[in-house]
Amino acid sequence: MIDVNVFLGSYPWRRVPGTSPEAVLGVMDRLGIEESWVTHLPSLFWKDPAAGNPWLYQTAVHFPRFKPVPVIHPGLPGWEADLAGAVSSGAVAVRADPGYLGLPPAGAELLGLLAAAGDAGIPFLAAVRLEDTRGRHPLDVAPELAPWMVRAWIRSHPGVRLVITHADRGFIEEVHFGSTPEEAARIWWDISWVWGPPEDHLAALLATVGVRRFLCGSGQPLRLAETPIARLDLMDLDAGSRRSLTHENARALAALRSPLA
Amino acid sequence: MLIDIHAHFYHDRTARADWRERNRSRLAAGERMGVRWHVASILGSWGHTSPVYFPSPQDLSHGNAELRRLATEHPDRIRGYVAVNPNYTEHALAEMTAGKAAGMIGLKLAASRRADDPLLDPICQAAAGQGFPVLHHVWQHRRREWPGQEASDGVELCRLAARHPTVSFILAHIGGGGDWLHTLRAARPHRNVLLDLSGSGTDAGMLEGALASVGAERLLWGADVTLCTGWAKWRALEAMLAPPDLELLGWKNAERIFPKGAFA
Repeated sequence: MIDVNVFLGSYPWRRVPGTSPEAVLGVMDRLGIEESWVTHLPSLFWKDPAAGNPWLYQTAVHFPRFKPVPVIHPGLPGWEADLAGAVSSGAVAVRADPGYLGLPPAGAELLGLLAAAGDAGIPFLAAVRLEDTRGRHPLDVAPELAPWMVRAWIRSHPGVRLVITHADRGFIEEVHFGSTPEEAARIWWDISWVWGPPEDHLAALLATVGVRRFLCGSGQPLRLAETPIARLDLMDLDAGSRRSLTHENARALAALRSPLA
Repeated sequence: MLIDIHAHFYHDRTARADWRERNRSRLAAGERMGVRWHVASILGSWGHTSPVYFPSPQDLSHGNAELRRLATEHPDRIRGYVAVNPNYTEHALAEMTAGKAAGMIGLKLAASRRADDPLLDPICQAAAGQGFPVLHHVWQHRRREWPGQEASDGVELCRLAARHPTVSFILAHIGGGGDWLHTLRAARPHRNVLLDLSGSGTDAGMLEGALASVGAERLLWGADVTLCTGWAKWRALEAMLAPPDLELLGWKNAERIFPKGAFA
């Protein structure tokens, strides 16, 4: 299994257990997760997130089961070099969550990064949220991603490929059916926030949006890594669909990523 | 074996055309997970003919009757809470009496009246007489009013619990939204308040915090509207706890606080 939605490092708003690389690897071993796509969590909150990238790349070298997803801040001078560094360091995707970086979600800076990532053949990842809005720290007021933002991103450049995490059923449907089939085929969704039974949102989405569009993601260590696995285990999935969801879709996306290679 | 102490079912007078599928899905997923008992409530018409959290007496009567019908259809899987609106005292007491006589085993209070309001006292006194635990909908740390409900938080429920020390109160869904860290502090000194782990939230640290705050003997496993997150939490607990404590959370605490023989 590949978990595409994992963080390493501390969280500013509450104490979270198990944020070290070793602790996350322990959970991966316990649950049979072979590979995780990881972001340095403090970088999401730093004025210059690139300061966390060397640690992230070194950690991925030391623990090859981690594939780096560095934060690139397109509002900072020289961000193009940060993107090039991500590509040369083997990043599986890059991210710039506009709510946390204080960027206009469809502004020139972010669209510039999206275009550059598209040209470089590297997917762009963003989270709708990190925590349930109702439980956030009073000072944690970063706006959530909205469906219109994702629609604007996917239309902004033909090479853009998006991985959107922490989206619920309504969000996914709004974007998927608000996009052309060609656009929708360039968006992947993790299942960390999609409900299973008895509401069966995940089953509905697999039937309407399609198995190929979904990836396994947990949001650990902020959320329990068991959640997406429990969701899959409660479904009557054929073996091929389960393989697609647990790792084949992620592998295919990663293989698409390097037109320069 | 698991007892889900926070389950819901639907019926024909809700706005949901898929109510049969949702009921079937809960039972089928429960079989896969090892849920022996679904202890459920129905909040009136679920918003169809009166608001979810302010259900009318007529809707409550129908919902409670539908739940009794489901429990009769599934006598080895479903048990029921009597759902009431404390603004209608006489109706609430009558529903509780009828429910008890028909085999219902607890009381469900949603968010029709603040938990520490005196209007809840006669209802909790009746619950004490009937041996009903009280499952109370809770917003974890209510910093303001929320639309659609007169929500209560842990501090407010604990005020009610202190006035009724012989009643077991189940503080609903610490994973159901809001700041559960506030709830853990509020509930700690109140021995007759148990925490229900249900809700869609699977925040890391919540289970560890709940265990540290009130101990395994005051935690109850449940799912609410997302069995998948309930199962994820159960699996995480399996990695944290020894079997005796797991049994407390999974079913023994529930057996202790519900009327004797409720799960026979």
